[in-house]
Amino acid sequence: MDLFIAIFTGTIIAATPLIFAALGELVVEKSGVLNLGIEGMMLMGAAFAFWAVIAGLPMPVAILAGALGGAAASLLFGVLALTFLTNQYAAGLALAIFGSGVSAFLGRNFGSAPIDALKKIYIPYLSDIPVVGPMLFRFDPMVYFAIVMFFVISWFLYRTKGGLVLRTIGESPETAHAIGYPVIRIRYLAVLFGGLMAGLAGAYLSVAYTPLWVENMTAGKGWISLALVVFATWRPLRVLLGAWLFGGMTILQLQGQALGIAVPSELLSALPYLATIIVLVIISQNRQMLALHFPASLAKPFRPAT
Amino acid sequence: MAAPVIATGLTLLVGSLLFAVLGYDPLATLQAFFIAPLNSLNGLSEWLLKASPLILIACGLAVGFRANVWNIGAEGQLIIGAIAACGVGLFYPDPDSILLLPLMFFAGAIAGMAWAAIPAFLRARMNTNEILVTLMLTYIATLLLSWLVHGPWRDPAGFNYPQTALLSAAAMFEPFDYAYRLNASVFITVVAVFLMWLFTDRSFLGYKMSVSGAAPLAARYAGFRESAAVWTGLLAGGAAAGIAGMAEVSGPLGQLSPQISPGYGFAAIIVAFIGRLNAFGIVLGGLLMSLLFLGGEAVQMNLGLSAALTRIFQGILLFFLLAADFFIFYRLRRIPEHA
Repeated sequence: MDLFIAIFTGTIIAATPLIFAALGELVVEKSGVLNLGIEGMMLMGAAFAFWAVIAGLPMPVAILAGALGGAAASLLFGVLALTFLTNQYAAGLALAIFGSGVSAFLGRNFGSAPIDALKKIYIPYLSDIPVVGPMLFRFDPMVYFAIVMFFVISWFLYRTKGGLVLRTIGESPETAHAIGYPVIRIRYLAVLFGGLMAGLAGAYLSVAYTPLWVENMTAGKGWISLALVVFATWRPLRVLLGAWLFGGMTILQLQGQALGIAVPSELLSALPYLATIIVLVIISQNRQMLALHFPASLAKPFRPAT
Repeated sequence: MAAPVIATGLTLLVGSLLFAVLGYDPLATLQAFFIAPLNSLNGLSEWLLKASPLILIACGLAVGFRANVWNIGAEGQLIIGAIAACGVGLFYPDPDSILLLPLMFFAGAIAGMAWAAIPAFLRARMNTNEILVTLMLTYIATLLLSWLVHGPWRDPAGFNYPQTALLSAAAMFEPFDYAYRLNASVFITVVAVFLMWLFTDRSFLGYKMSVSGAAPLAARYAGFRESAAVWTGLLAGGAAAGIAGMAEVSGPLGQLSPQISPGYGFAAIIVAFIGRLNAFGIVLGGLLMSLLFLGGEAVQMNLGLSAALTRIFQGILLFFLLAADFFIFYRLRRIPEHA
């Protein structure tokens, strides 16, 4: 039972950065913009948040700093992709490389000492319930915040006028522009929101998940988040489920290494990447489902005629 | 050709601002970064040595990029090429055979192509996004390399260091001069540049691929098969990266260790773009990018600055390059009233 609880809670925790980053990217892609630079934005978020903690700032401020770091990075992408109409693939790649460079540069003096991780909260009374308590009510606040963001984003995209406008822009920016919506401005907001979320994901990694600084500590989680959006066929609930699936994979893999299963640790470490490929292949078979929720204008530059 | 020059200039400008902010004399640092490394014969040898894989890989990648086939996993294909070549070098029965080097060459090329064939098959037959697959395969290739050098291929006489035994002399490219590391593998790159030019500018398949990239609907209407472009693009990149991996093993490295590339596979993507996806531009782009690597090492050693600066400069350069395109493709023009 203890092992089960450990795997369950570990899954939820490992999924948290993926939920932040993938939900953020979902909003960006729903507006018709493809930002491949999640890995770079996450690393910026991780570096900024860690920096703030070392500088002695309180934890909420550090996490905010991480989010802002991600947003600042996303603004670079926004200017290139939305104002300068560059190829979005290339601009996203540039951001991924740039973010990894800047974060490594900022982190050169961080040292290798761990910091005090974000504290877990034991929710009064609820956390004392046997089994359910330790499973659901003993996480750090960011875990709950990720779930809250899932509800907020689902509600925004499908239950508000703003969400409808955003999705319209993703389907047909020409139509939205003709009706009079400021396509470029709304896309900027979406890109910035994606940056904030990726920054939060990075901050979570460096101040809560593994509270020490390692260069390139995201280790592909940004790219996996990108794959999650495709896997989810652009539906928020499936993003959440996909993140838990991958979180579970990560934890099983770590548990396997801890138990000393007689396979090379590298093989276990490769499992999440392998799983990403397999899942992508399976989902790509269903062209109809992909086409149904795919934002039709994704990665196509748009410039309103004046 | 104006955009790359403007982008380079602006990168230098931002670079000097960055140095100034960090409290270094900008001019002296720029000199240390971009000029001092080339002040000696050894520096020039290192410059070409690092430019060679970058140019080689960028040539292969550009073939795909022209057709909108996004192979961003050249780093993984390089690693697999290096593993295959080193495997041949270590286990071929006659370590002094003159066949060894050619065999390693083909092993590297075929292994790189095989690794790239996975995303090609998945994209052409299974409709799976090649960006994500090539990237995931890069992480897997890194882990495979790590497993080999920590486990089965570890040199028994190597004091437990995670590395393979050194390759025999017959498995290595001859340096031009034993004082420097530059070796005959640069000729492979020269040939690759020529082949790339021949393919893109003088072949029908190359033309078809450019059409697929620039106007997919027109290409489909003309009956050009998308899957042919996918296969050609990915296999070209895989072969180039695999050969580059082989040339690293048979050149400066001489053995495998967990970290065999300073990110050539990723930097080559930028080189391909700086070079405008054409052969001669790529040569210039590769020389520039190689200088960024050298400069990063030089300021790390001489001024104690972080080598991460190299990646920052790479990112900035690509940002400016992409932005500069805007001003060239969308030139400002005064429109006469009531035209």
